[in-house]
Order: sequence, then structure tokens, then C-alpha cells
Amino acid sequence: MSSSSSPARSSGTCYTGVAIGLHWLIAIAIIGSFAVGLYMVDLPLSPQKLKIYSWHKWAGVTIFLCVVLRLGWRLLHRPPDLPAGMPAWQRKAAEATHVLLYLLMFAVPLSGWLMSSAKGFQTVWFGVLPLPDLLDKNKELGDLLQQVHMMLNFSMAALVIAHLGAALKHHLIDRDDVLVRMLPWIGNATSGDVK
Amino acid sequence: MKFSQLGLACALTIVLSTAHAIEFNQFQPGKSALSFVSKQMNVPVEGQFKSFRSKLSFDPAKPAAAKAELEIDLASIDAGSKDANDEVASKAWFNTKVFPVAKFVATSVKPLGGNRFEVAGKMTIKGKTLDLTAPVTQRQDGNSAVFEGSLVLRRADYAIGEGMWADFGTVANEVQIKFRLVATAATK
Repeated sequence: MSSSSSPARSSGTCYTGVAIGLHWLIAIAIIGSFAVGLYMVDLPLSPQKLKIYSWHKWAGVTIFLCVVLRLGWRLLHRPPDLPAGMPAWQRKAAEATHVLLYLLMFAVPLSGWLMSSAKGFQTVWFGVLPLPDLLDKNKELGDLLQQVHMMLNFSMAALVIAHLGAALKHHLIDRDDVLVRMLPWIGNATSGDVK
Repeated sequence: MKFSQLGLACALTIVLSTAHAIEFNQFQPGKSALSFVSKQMNVPVEGQFKSFRSKLSFDPAKPAAAKAELEIDLASIDAGSKDANDEVASKAWFNTKVFPVAKFVATSVKPLGGNRFEVAGKMTIKGKTLDLTAPVTQRQDGNSAVFEGSLVLRRADYAIGEGMWADFGTVANEVQIKFRLVATAATK
């Protein structure tokens, strides 16, 4: 775990190294899987396509597990407080965005898993660990779940853009430490000094 | 005394059953099924053929004299998705335009004891004819005889999945075939 450069500060001022690590790991994995997902759907059928689909599904399962870990970690380690001067509506917006992002981080891989089951393609994590099929094969349901998976993904993309925009706004306009404290290496070192 | 009674009973049964020899030879397509499981990226994917015909005759008293032929319309495949169905009809797979039908002709039926048999024959797919044996179990269901079995067919033997699909890393060579053929009896 990271140690703050200003240990005198209250525990609510910085993220733990684990929280920062999981944030960026999951961020990169989600953006990567999203891009791969967009790319792979229209590919003509080929061994390559089957491989990419498998990797996409394995990534989804992995992300889901990381999110479980992350939520557990977050419940045990209070994230730092928002800057004191933030208006109430912004606090509410930030909270709502984060709650929705967490919900979607669970819902997106879940919808993908259910879609795979309904389409008759079981998910076998890294080709080794079979996940149970919660749904029987059903073409209509599979197509519907594909729409659901896509809509959840685009909702998440919109929220990620809002999340990113807000972080940049905090950094460039408000000039507070909201962005910096989530950055690896420098996050903890500078979080006490920016304000 | 007891043994001779038993022997008599047996003899009677044989006489009676030959007297009422029945031959199951009316193929019931609606009750029959032909399915398979392929492995894609180590994940089993189920599929089936919806259209196939069989000519068969089976007399339980003379199983070795049984005859069986099976013709499968390869275009009737359901390989799991529309993409897959279009793909397996193509040249690299079944090439259904040139080879629309797969055919199996049994050449011998060997009783293995009980209700189990080994059926050997010639399987023709995509212009290639190879020997194939399959274990078959037979049971009676009312007026019908049900023949069930499964076998592993190696797709490469018949050049099913050529070119970029020839590598077994994505689609395994071994394909599990399961069949259930139902025929009703015509009394002789």
C-alpha cells in the first residue's frame, strides 16, 4: 500500500496504491475491450474472429472479477473526499456518475455472458474454466441481449467521456487535485501539495 | 426338470418370435435426430442436421442381416449461428453446391451382446469415401426400434474445413456425432 508523503493529513485525502492500480488496469481493459468489441462484430467469420471473440469474452470475465475486487477494496478503504468548495450539484453529479459506472462495470460483462449463453456459445475462461450457461439457447433472446450489451456499452462510453471531462475540468479549470490524486506514482506524492 | 422347462420355454420363445418375425424398416424422420458437437476455441458448440433420410431394415432375430443407409442433406445444417451455417456450406467446408449429400452405407452389423452392435460401413463426404464404424444400441419403444449411437469423426479426414480453417487450434479436428434413428415395424 502506498504511504502518503504527508502522513499528518487525515486518511481521506488520497487513494491507496491498490485503488489507483485497479482504476487504471480496469480503465485500460475496458477501453481495449470496447474497441475490440466494435471491431470484431462486423468481421467476416474466420478463425481469427473466433479467437478475438474468445479473448474479448475472457477479458470481460477478468474485468468483472477485477471490478468485484475493486468494489470490495473501495468498501474497506474510503476514497478521498471531494474538494471542499465543490457545489452540491457537482457532488451529486459526481456521485451519480460513479454509481452508474460501477453498475455498468458489472452489467456490461454480465450482459455479454448472458448473450453468449443465449446464442449457444458457452464462455470458457481462457479455454480452461467453463462458466455455467445461465440461459438456454434462444436466438431471439440472444439478439435482444446483443442490443442490450451494445446499449450498455454506449451508455458506459458516454459516462466515461463525462468522467474524463470532469477530471480534466477539475485539473485545468478548478485546479484542484481530483485528477492528480488518481495518477499512479505522482498521485500520492503530490496530492497534499496541489491545493 | 427345472432346466428342461426353462429350455422348453426358451425354445418356444424363439419359435414364437421367429414365427412373428418383425422387421423394423419404416424410417421415421420426425423422431430421428442427427446432431454433433464441435469444439471452437475449446468450447463445445452444438449443431444438427435437419434433413436426412435412412433406408434400414432390422430384424431383432437376425441382427447381422440388418441393413442401413443414411443420406444427409448437408445444406440443412444448423451449426449454431447464421454466420456459421453460411460458412460451413462454403467450399472450404462441405462445398454443398458440389457435394450436397453425405452418405453412409453399412456393410456389416456385428452383435456385441445384449442390445449393442457395431456397425461398419462406408462414409462418403465431399467426394471422399472412408471406412467408418459406429457402436449402436438398439431399444424398442412401442412399435418402434430406436437406434442410438455416437462416434468421433475427424473433419480433416474428409477435408472439412480447409485453408485457414485447417488448423485445429480454433476448430478442433474431432467432431462428436450423435445419432438417433427410429424405424417402425412392418410385420412379415
